[in-house]
Formats: sequence, structure tokens, C-alpha cells
Amino acid sequence: MSNALPLIIVIPLLTAVIALSFRHRPGIQRAVGFAGSLVLLCASVPIFLCVLERGYLSTQIGSWPAPYGITIVADTLSALLIVATALVVLLISIASWIEIDPARESFGYTPLLHFLIMGICGSFLTGDVFNLYVWFEVMLIASFVLLGLGGEKPQLEGTIKYVALNLLSSALFLAAIGVLYGTYGTLNMADLAMQLRESRPSHLVITLATLFLLAFGIKAAVFPLFFWLPASYHTPPVPISAIFAGLLTKVGIYSLIRFFTLIFTQDAETLHRLILILAALTMIVGILGALVQKDFRRIISFNLISHIGTLLAGLGLFTPLALAGTVFYLIHDIVSKTCLFLFTSVVQRLGGSGDIRNLGGLYRSNPRISLLFAIVALSVAGIPPLSGFWGKLVLVQAGLIKREYWLVAAILFASILTLYSMCSIWSEAFWKDSSGTPVEFANPGRKASSIPLLLLAPITSLVLLILLMGIWPAPFFETAKLAAQQLSNPDHYIRTILGEKP
Amino acid sequence: MEVELAVAVGGLYAAGIYLVMRRSIIKLIIGLSLLGHAANLLIFTMGGLVRGQPPVMHPWETRLVGGFADPIPEALILTAIVIGFGVQAFAIVLIKHTYQATGTEDLKDLQSSDLTS
Repeated sequence: MSNALPLIIVIPLLTAVIALSFRHRPGIQRAVGFAGSLVLLCASVPIFLCVLERGYLSTQIGSWPAPYGITIVADTLSALLIVATALVVLLISIASWIEIDPARESFGYTPLLHFLIMGICGSFLTGDVFNLYVWFEVMLIASFVLLGLGGEKPQLEGTIKYVALNLLSSALFLAAIGVLYGTYGTLNMADLAMQLRESRPSHLVITLATLFLLAFGIKAAVFPLFFWLPASYHTPPVPISAIFAGLLTKVGIYSLIRFFTLIFTQDAETLHRLILILAALTMIVGILGALVQKDFRRIISFNLISHIGTLLAGLGLFTPLALAGTVFYLIHDIVSKTCLFLFTSVVQRLGGSGDIRNLGGLYRSNPRISLLFAIVALSVAGIPPLSGFWGKLVLVQAGLIKREYWLVAAILFASILTLYSMCSIWSEAFWKDSSGTPVEFANPGRKASSIPLLLLAPITSLVLLILLMGIWPAPFFETAKLAAQQLSNPDHYIRTILGEKP
Repeated sequence: MEVELAVAVGGLYAAGIYLVMRRSIIKLIIGLSLLGHAANLLIFTMGGLVRGQPPVMHPWETRLVGGFADPIPEALILTAIVIGFGVQAFAIVLIKHTYQATGTEDLKDLQSSDLTS
């Protein structure tokens, strides 16, 4: 089974290459993309089950033994994220059938999407720091092109900001890798973890940890470094924003979790304090940003930033319970943010505008679709019994046990503001009488009367998943707890990779 | 030699950061590529500088002893240069298209995706 791990990276690569060879046949491209995502899901589920059973799967590329070769390793967190990624890609490729225009398709939308997935899956699976950098770059280049694809003016402007800040982050990441290698002479994560544990704590370690925090913080859109996100995520077509929102920032969070649970664990007080402060600021500033926005996608972009803060809070608390909360919330966030971004397309189609002031009366005209939105919105705000509630409950509980009352207050305050922000979308776009729209916002946009099934089906599946995670959270939470146990005891991870040597 | 290289790395970082903070997109891209070069040179310097030593063992040795050249930093830099080259090529095409679409290369005029309506 361990030898099947590289398949997760090879399947998207093959899909992309096959799709690329049918460049001028959009129908075949779409079919290839859909089939590729389906195969990826079928490959990731058995790997996930196997990881649940055995704890870890790892393989050495080219059979070079661990500290010298490149390691590919899956623990529960990686395997869980791989399954979530495969599921999201499958649903996005269904939605792309109707959402992506033929021009973008003939410029290679499908191959780019699968190159992006290859980068994401590679980042989740690699056990080598430099290899992580390479997967980041694969992911980034694909995302740059996807973001700019189509070449509309706001898209290009958004892409410039996105490219500039992400290149800055890559340069920092590369510099940190250089210093790390120069100091410890290895880049294998398990080997680094052992070396750092044996060495005495020094200022260099803190500096390195901060450099990595900065580099991954830019990718994850953490507080002072998030400005590229709301400037770019609302510009491309909806499926592209949905997959960026669902998965790309989560790769940054995953890397932070991996580095700060495995490698930088000594002298952790200062670092955890720093992470907690950043988490609280990200939560509050993100959601305050959402309150002043009027465009549907921009409101959700700021909500996304705020919930990155919630995810970081679990890492900063650093107890097994808090990490379990973070893992649970991570899965919830992937599902719900993808769903919310797909909803922006529904609203755009029904109301003819993305500005919530222009909208209105959607509840009267489409009560069922509105109900679906209400479920997602309440779940994002953390209302029981939906999935967002359980994640926040566990994080709050962990915060109370650790006596970080100010952090608990920040989480709750951000939740209330999230609820307010979701309610404002609800009341403006869905509940408000459409005749009450002020004249200056009267929109010329075309309104559709119904939503195509290819868009509705992915949204409904995601909503069902949210309901399932909310009503029956036990299996999800058990998995999250298992992942958190592995994260807080990295000994087994190190032994799996380096063999039974001490 | 380390000192000279350290000064060069510092100079590249300073120049890169200065250029990134300018308002012209072209300077922004040049600045980012300088930052990439600074990082590469940093890896090279941190990897340890030795002169005239082989990166391989002699047949009669069982492990590497004394001063030996470490080939890994070079391999890392090579990979990073290739990636950086591709990314820069993309960035240059991007700024060309942006210039054609907006008619400006001043970042201050590129705010339409940022402003709240």
C-alpha cells in the first residue's frame, strides 16, 4: 500500500498531460478532467483507510534511505486532506462544465487545474523541506496562470498583487531553507525534527521558525500578510475562486501545522504566544473587513481570512484537544468555503449582480436554494448543530482548559461578527424585497430563472456533507483526534521514516 | 570569502526590498528576482565554502572526512534558479498584458480590484 502513495501525485499529472493533448477539444478535456478527479478520489479513499488502520504510510523515492532520498509520507492529517482535496476537485470539475467559458477551456483550464492539484497533493504528502518548496512552486505557477487566465482587467490587477506577494513568500521560504540546511545539514523533516530536539535552543532556531512562519503566513493569509487575498480572489471565474478558497490557503495552514508540531517544538512558549496573537488579530481584522464590503465574493474572502485565524488558534494552543479542533475545523472550512464561493455564482445568475445591494427577493423567488445558503451560512457562523459549531466548540473548550480567556473571547467575538456578516448577506440578497432596491443600484445584469443542475449538484453535495458533519460529528471528530495525537507525538512519525534507529 | 559573499547577499536583499517597495511594476518584478538571487546566494554561502575538495569519497575511505564539497546546496540552487526563471518569464508576460490592458505601470493606478464600491 505504501507504494501506492506516489499515485496521488501521478494521477493529477497524467490527467493534466492527457487533457493537454486534447487542447482543442473542450468536450474531451472536460471528460478527462472529470475522470481524472474521480480516479483521484478512488485512489485516495483506500489510502486514507489504510492510514487509519496502520497510522502511517511512507515510501522513499528511488529507494534511497531516509535522510538522503526524498520521503513521501502520509499520516492521518495528510490522508484526510488528500481525500478532502479529491472530493473538492471532483465537485469543482462538475461545476466547471457550465461555469468556465470555451475561451478559457481552450487556453488550458483543465490541465492547469490538475497541475494545481498535483502541487497541492505533493505538498500534503512530502516529508522533505526542499521538496515542499518545489510543490509550492508547482502549485503557485498553476495558480498564477489560472488566476490570470482570460486576461480581464481586474483579473490582471489581482494577479499582479497575488504574484508579487507569493513570490516574496517563496524568496523567504528559500532563504529559510538555505539557513536550515547550512545549520543542520539535512532537509528531511523527520531528521530535522531529531536534530533540533538534540540541539540546544538558540536564537537561530527562533529566527528560522519566524522566517518559516512569515513565508507560510503569506500563503495562508495570516494577519499582517493577507492583503493579496481580498485583492485577487473575487476576480477569476467562480470555480477558480472556489478551489483557491477551499484549498490553497489550507496548504499554508497545513505547512504551519506540520512545521510547528514536528520541527520547531523546543522553546515553544514564545512561538506559540506569537501564533496566538496572530490568530486573534487575523480573526478580528478579517471579519471587520468583511463587514464593510458589499460585494458577495469579497465578503466571503474576508470571512475566509477570519477563519484562517480560527485555524491558527488551535495550533497556538498546542494541546491535543486544540489540534483536534483545528483538524476538524480545517475539513469544515474546506467544505464550507468551497460551497460559499460556488453560491456566489448562483446568486450572480439569479440576481444578475454580485453586489448585495443590487440583490433582493431571492428567498421569494427561490426558497429551496435560499434554504441551502442558510445552512451553509449558519454553519460558517458556528450555529449548532452544523459542522462549524463543533470545531469552534472544541477550540473554545481547549482555550478554556489552557486558561487563554482572551483568545476564547476573540473566537466568540469573531463568531458573532461572522453571524452578523452572514445575516447581512441573507437580509440584503435573500430577504429584502427586490422592489426596494434603490434606483442607483438598479442593475442591468441578466437574471436567470433557474440554476443548472451541474452547479446545483456540487453545492447540494457539499451542503449534505456539512449537515452530516454537524449531525453526526463523531466519526469525523474521532479521525481528527487521531490526527491530533499523531501530531502531538511525532516520535512515531520520525521512527516510521528514519527506521528503528534511536 | 564568506564575508564578501555575506556582504553581497545583504546588498542583494537591500536592493531587492528597495525595488519591491517602488510603485513601478517593472521595478517590482526586478526586485523580486533580486530577492530570489539573494536567497540562492545565501544557500550557497550557508552550505559551506571549501576550495578544491572533491564531493566524493576516495575508494579507500569508508566515510567522508575533513573538508569536502557538499553538492546539495548546488543542486538546491540549480532547482531554485530553474523555477525562478520560469516564474519570472511568466511575471514579465503578466506585466506586459497588464500594461496593455490598463495603460499604466504605476501600482497606485491598479486599485480597481481593491477598492470597495
